[in-house]
Amino acid sequence: MSAYNSNYLPPSCAPVPLNGNNLMNGLPGAGQQQHQQQPHQLPPTAASQQLYQQQAQGQQLPPVSQAPPYPGGATNLPPTSPFNTNISQKFLPPTSVAQPPPPQTSAANNGPFYANGDAKGTPSANSSRTSSSGQLYDQATLGNPPPASGLRSAPPPLAQPVANLASKMQSLDLNPHRANGGSAAVPPPAPTDFKGVAQAQAVPLTQAAAGSLMAATNAVPNLIPDPFNGQKPPNLHPNPAKMFGVPGAVPPTRPLQPPGASERIPYGMPPQATGDPTYQQQQNQQNNNLHRAALPPGATGPGWPGPPAQVPPKPLAPPPMHPPAPSKQQPYPMTQAYPPAPLQQPIMPKPPASVQPPPPGMFGTQPSGAPLQYQAQAPPQAYAQQQPVQAGYNSPAPLNVTQQGFSRLWGQDTIDLMQNRHILSPATIPPPKIVLHNQFHESINCNPSIMRCTLTKIPESNSLLQKSRLPLGIVIHPFRDVNSLPVIQCINIVRCRLCRTYINPFVYFVDSKMWKCNLCYRVNELPDDFQFDPATKTYGDVTRRPEVRSSTIEFIAPSEYMLRPPQPAMYLFLFDVSIIAQQSGYLEAACAVLNRHLDEMPGDARTQVGFICYDSYVHFYSMAEGFNQPHEMTLLDIEDPFLPRPDSLLVNLKECKELVRDLLKQLPKRFANTHDPGSALGAALQVAFKLMQASGGRITVFQSCLPNKGPGALEPREDPNNRSAKDVAHLNPATDFYKRFALECSGYQIACDLFLMNQQYSDMATISGISKHSGGCVHHFPLYQKTKPHMVDSFRTCFKRYLTRKIGFEAVMRIRCTRGLQVHTFHGNFFVRSTDLLSLPNVNPDAGYGMQISYDENLTDVKTICFQAALLYTNSEGERRIRVHTVCLPVTASLPEVMHSADTEAIVGLLSKMAVDRSVSANLSDARDAFINATIDVFNSFKIAQNLPSGQSGQLIAPRSLALLPLYILGLLKHPAFRVGTSTRLDDRVFAMDCMKTLPLDQLMKYVYPELYKIDPLIYHARNTNVSSTPEDDEEDDQLPELPRLQLSAEHLDSRSIFLMDCGTLIMLYVGLNVPANVLEALLGISSTAELSDYVYGLPNVVSQENDVLKRFISRLNYDKPYSALVQIIRDTSTAKGQFIERLTDDRSESSLSYYEFLQHIRAQVK
Amino acid sequence: MAFNFTAFTYIVALIGDAFLIFFAIFHVIAFDELKTDYKNPIDQCNSLNPLVLPEYLLHIFLNLLFLFCGEWFSLCINIPLIAYHIWRYKNRPVMSGPGLYDPTTVLKTDTLSRNMREGWIKLAVYLISFFYYIYGMVYSLIST
Repeated sequence: MSAYNSNYLPPSCAPVPLNGNNLMNGLPGAGQQQHQQQPHQLPPTAASQQLYQQQAQGQQLPPVSQAPPYPGGATNLPPTSPFNTNISQKFLPPTSVAQPPPPQTSAANNGPFYANGDAKGTPSANSSRTSSSGQLYDQATLGNPPPASGLRSAPPPLAQPVANLASKMQSLDLNPHRANGGSAAVPPPAPTDFKGVAQAQAVPLTQAAAGSLMAATNAVPNLIPDPFNGQKPPNLHPNPAKMFGVPGAVPPTRPLQPPGASERIPYGMPPQATGDPTYQQQQNQQNNNLHRAALPPGATGPGWPGPPAQVPPKPLAPPPMHPPAPSKQQPYPMTQAYPPAPLQQPIMPKPPASVQPPPPGMFGTQPSGAPLQYQAQAPPQAYAQQQPVQAGYNSPAPLNVTQQGFSRLWGQDTIDLMQNRHILSPATIPPPKIVLHNQFHESINCNPSIMRCTLTKIPESNSLLQKSRLPLGIVIHPFRDVNSLPVIQCINIVRCRLCRTYINPFVYFVDSKMWKCNLCYRVNELPDDFQFDPATKTYGDVTRRPEVRSSTIEFIAPSEYMLRPPQPAMYLFLFDVSIIAQQSGYLEAACAVLNRHLDEMPGDARTQVGFICYDSYVHFYSMAEGFNQPHEMTLLDIEDPFLPRPDSLLVNLKECKELVRDLLKQLPKRFANTHDPGSALGAALQVAFKLMQASGGRITVFQSCLPNKGPGALEPREDPNNRSAKDVAHLNPATDFYKRFALECSGYQIACDLFLMNQQYSDMATISGISKHSGGCVHHFPLYQKTKPHMVDSFRTCFKRYLTRKIGFEAVMRIRCTRGLQVHTFHGNFFVRSTDLLSLPNVNPDAGYGMQISYDENLTDVKTICFQAALLYTNSEGERRIRVHTVCLPVTASLPEVMHSADTEAIVGLLSKMAVDRSVSANLSDARDAFINATIDVFNSFKIAQNLPSGQSGQLIAPRSLALLPLYILGLLKHPAFRVGTSTRLDDRVFAMDCMKTLPLDQLMKYVYPELYKIDPLIYHARNTNVSSTPEDDEEDDQLPELPRLQLSAEHLDSRSIFLMDCGTLIMLYVGLNVPANVLEALLGISSTAELSDYVYGLPNVVSQENDVLKRFISRLNYDKPYSALVQIIRDTSTAKGQFIERLTDDRSESSLSYYEFLQHIRAQVK
Repeated sequence: MAFNFTAFTYIVALIGDAFLIFFAIFHVIAFDELKTDYKNPIDQCNSLNPLVLPEYLLHIFLNLLFLFCGEWFSLCINIPLIAYHIWRYKNRPVMSGPGLYDPTTVLKTDTLSRNMREGWIKLAVYLISFFYYIYGMVYSLIST
């Protein structure tokens, strides 16, 4: 139980503020309540906010090379110290550090929205998330002023932010054909107008800046804990004001639609988005204005026809009226700008569907009242109305800023990719937030690092999905290392009687005795003991149960969940000892690592290990008790292999540890002088299977050449001269021997893991079958040589992680979906045993899976859908456990909403998996075409969804949510898995494809599109902080500046700087030719780059601030990875430079397009 | 009324077609069981795979008979199916034993629904040809 909290820990999200009255928000009258709550809002604890804020922020900041230490980078580093806390913090983000324990006393539950009471006033996981996204948008709205100028606490010189704002917005220009009134905003007077904006911004800006950068939420002092709306991000207040650009003109948060309202309207009415032409036009207009307005003075935009008009004020809008609850006005002086809902309702019966939904992150947090609701529904009107108010004061420019701000708030802004080639920094945003209509649900929804859906709003029907041309699926990392995991043991686990769904936070409690399943809608009874709350040891309140307070939970399963007694940990190692293996010398390293970490392998007193070596024959090692050294037995008949003796081949690790250690010491020497070229992998596997058959377990295979003896012998298939050919053959297995073996294994709960350390072609495509279908994992160390220390090092770290990581035995995973959806295809390493059940003989924490989802029936009458992944496994202590993850997603009927809610990273993850399938079943060029077509289709359908004019316009308009899609797709097209025209060894390609299928999403993204940083700011930082730093100093860690990510293009490189590229398992430091000597000296301990040899691995230990800071930065990058990456230092002139350059996927190469060319290609295809 | 080779062919074809109908029904049932989680895909593939070749061979054998007795029309209506069978078997996944179905992919929704559809269509084809064979048999018996 060590890894778990043995007591039930309140889910780290528990203290989340619940917004139980959300659903009521739309109702007039809810507002009053709201107002009262307002003053109670507490700033979320600083610690809980840090992580997220900085992420958001770091990505937003433009590259600043000389920036002095960023004031706000402070909180950024994951604390170095105890790993556990780190993990927990990461996993359920913000809570574990600074959270006060959930208040257990307040249990004022309002009907079904039980969770209300608990969260009162507590800062929550979600609040930080929400606020961070709020910030994100804010900063974006502000046009990313470089921190140096824009984020100072003193009011910035007005002109500068204006300029920044303007220049930034220029890029957002939309299509010229739709020119309309908004264009007026641009002409020369604009600067003064912008000044108005800037002034308005100045004050809030400082606050926001302080709030966001320092993560010191106290910056907004007038916020007091809000009992119901605890999630409200503190810096929300200032921000909208900024966006409006009118000092005090607009109630900052009001315009946002409360979730309740959004829920009511869209579902109550037929889909309107596409139906009503006037409507659409309006919406378009709005869009256009938006972008139009963004043009800075003097920008060389397309000439804008049309009168210099502002958005025509809606004549229908009645003059500003007082909102029903006057008391509300005080905090929001401009509330009256928005007439109360009832008045406007007749005017604007159909709000544009695209603006209805609560925007990610923001709406959920808004206090709500009737006027609010109204505004959110019909933003165009709101603007129109606002205009007369402002007319005398401001010219239209700020107005458009306002609109843009809104559109960002709703997460619905678009971007012209052709004009924004440097898209990464502004567009890198954390996973899109799932906006539900219930804030409690929102706050506890499954962590995106565990389960992510490609769409954060599910289209209500298959036809809508087809219109969007986006893939629907989930990527899941079910066994991820998490520490603050609620583990509960109960006599009966509450599940739906019909569909066997585990009870989860998203179920509906009919009353205290009944609950309604959220997947199949059956009403079930609650057992009596469900009333008992294990945390407080009290009865009576079902909503405090951990099952309904955390969407990730682990049950200790009772005996019904066992088909047999839980198996002990069983490990069997198969070593290839043929002459090629001996030449590579892997055995030494493997035995040494194994010897060192023998005690750390997960397992209890029953743990058993065994070893088999094979060349042309199979060698067994018997370590029976009483022997003082291991006995070797050699099996000569490899055609019909059998076990030489029934026992003592697998021995208890505890009892025979000395013998095992002895064996591990002797093995490398034993075969040091072998000259046997054969490798009887098939025979070895067959005996291994016989050995493990009784109990199940893990077989670890080390293979270094093509198996060429006995059963399963293979022929070399690769034609080395054809490695860069257009069409790649032999991606399929040559024989099904290994697949059949894996299936047999999976039936006996045996998993095979493969370490391929080949010198030459070894037919990975065939051999990896043993892992692919048995739930194993594959590691590849091409050209492994013991003479290359970096390879040995990276193998050692990898193997160490492999040995010591957690493991789950005899596992099965079932994915359940809400009625109407079904899993279409699974991706990953497993065997699909039935339509929704995966058999995973072993499950490891580094394995990710993907599922494509398809429609059974339409989802027209449901508001949310859920996916539940339940992983049943035996842990290494012989305990049967069930880990359940549930994610809940809203359903929408609007195409633009679907497009705007897309999660690009998840889409790329899923597309890459589908492409691997395609390359194997059809061929590689099909898969490549599919990538490009998918991209084109998506932009095409977005064009249709937005009703943009057809035909070529010189623009490629993308929703911000999908802005990075072409970038990643291009990365995929140039990835070793899918590239053509560049020489790629077949094994490497197959391994890369395997990684696409099995890597968890965060690592996959690094693998597809490595992170590039310019580390100069680190060095400046190190020099400018005079604090004496020790790596153990936690606070010092927080001082690391957040570096902006650079796009992978050589245009960012310069010869005076050092760059760091994080490719997942490899970190490359690229040292420019003219890096100042003192930097080199301090960082690498050399005086000139000439001292670097061609291949340098590992960061030298130099006692200096710079070196220390860099190390901390690297350790931060390594933080989320299964094992720390190898660091390679590349000199500008070194022969290894090619490795660095080939990963610059935005650039043109001999056989592939540059990013810009790729965009042009797509634009040309988008009709 | 004469019992000639043609009539014999049709009688054999009728009997053979009855078997084919059974094969098709079994096929449909088997995939339905898979769909409803009733059976393990490994077992199901193991029971289905050995039947694939016999079905194809029986079908080809019947058509050889038609060829020999010059029943061109009967042959023609069967040629598309023969071609499909050959194409299908040529494109089967890599496997050492006879058969078509790979337990690792058979549960993909696409594969599953394709196999289901194939089963129903074949069942319909066999049924229709069954009645045609009856007609052909009677015709050949009463002609001359």
